[in-house]
Amino acid sequence: MRIKATNIRCTRGARQVLQDVNFSLSAKDCLILRGPNGVGKSTLLRVLAGLSQPASGTLELDHDDVAYSGHLDAVKFQLTVAENLSFWAGVYGTDTAAVVIDRFGLRQLTDRHAANLSAGQKRRLGLARLTLSNRKIWLMDEPTTSLDAEHTQLIASSISDHCGQGGIAVLSTHLDLDIPTAKILDLVRFAPKKHTDTSIFLEGSY
Amino acid sequence: MLALFVRDLKLAFRSGGGFGLALAFFLIVVMFVPFGVGSDLTLLTRIAPGILWIGALLACLLSLDRIFQLDFEDGTLDVLATSPLPLSGITAAKAAAHWITTGLPLTIAAVPLGYLLNLSELAYPWLIASLAIGTPALSFIGAFGAAVTVGVKRGGLLLSLLVLPLYIPTLIFGAVTVTKSVDGLNPVPSLILLAGLTMFSFAIMPFASALALKANLKG
Repeated sequence: MRIKATNIRCTRGARQVLQDVNFSLSAKDCLILRGPNGVGKSTLLRVLAGLSQPASGTLELDHDDVAYSGHLDAVKFQLTVAENLSFWAGVYGTDTAAVVIDRFGLRQLTDRHAANLSAGQKRRLGLARLTLSNRKIWLMDEPTTSLDAEHTQLIASSISDHCGQGGIAVLSTHLDLDIPTAKILDLVRFAPKKHTDTSIFLEGSY
Repeated sequence: MLALFVRDLKLAFRSGGGFGLALAFFLIVVMFVPFGVGSDLTLLTRIAPGILWIGALLACLLSLDRIFQLDFEDGTLDVLATSPLPLSGITAAKAAAHWITTGLPLTIAAVPLGYLLNLSELAYPWLIASLAIGTPALSFIGAFGAAVTVGVKRGGLLLSLLVLPLYIPTLIFGAVTVTKSVDGLNPVPSLILLAGLTMFSFAIMPFASALALKANLKG
């Protein structure tokens, strides 16, 4: 199981955001995507998840291994925490809902409707889905948004555990997560070169 | 897929789920017809099949945009698209859940509403049969329309314009089945054609919807 990206070019709408992206990940690797807002972290994660196609280049990745968590939590407000989890357990065909509830500190919230959760609690519920899915490759778009320090640490350690058990994680974050094995990929390197054709009339004005 | 189907049913019956909207609309439209056209019983008998079918069709249209829009807005659709379920299976499960929460109640409600419109006694079995067989097509075609317009904010108008022409064959054969039974003619051929349309939509629409969703999730 591995991910190998060769010369990937990503576009968003008509705009080119990333070009010549190359990386290769194998079991136990964790890759953290860095870069300023709008550099293309989410776009790259969506391409890896198979939600959109790279404009060119090749991506070697088995999409059946992928669990994706976007910047939205994919939590249904009208359902309780337990119902949300058992729905995803049904979708992924797993039966680890009870384990996940304890792992992510959701035990006291199981009967509460997701509409009454705080933003951080919803986030945890959304991330619990990744563990629930039993899938090897985790793709996470800013997983630490709205989490407190304690739970940021919890997410970091569950990512470490996942990688330690032979999984792969690719995530974008602006925080320094405590994941010892993580490699950092700064996406600014892959931003398309700007061709600023200065008008000859303006040249020398500055 | 069963998990998704069950969840959609659950959501429809929870607060804000929209169950009852279509049903209430159907009741109101049909109950207003006698007030609008007068109490001429022979006239009502004549127009009853058409009114019942048009009412059911418009009621069905009301709740179509909910099929994918809510899941799109909270990110569930992205996750479902990367889950083990095939997109065509997802759309089929959601269309089926839509039928259970709209088409089926409309079919049942059509019986008392038939009385209000002085529908001929002979026509009741055919009314129920035609709605039961025809409304699943409305849900499956409607799911396709909803998949095409899923990224559009307030896409209800676009959705209606897209879906209504596709509904016309179902409306024609559905209403004709009931009209023929009122006139003492054989309604079976049109009912069979109606069933054919429904089968066709079962076979084609989940795949067409999956393609449309795929294109819309790219963004």
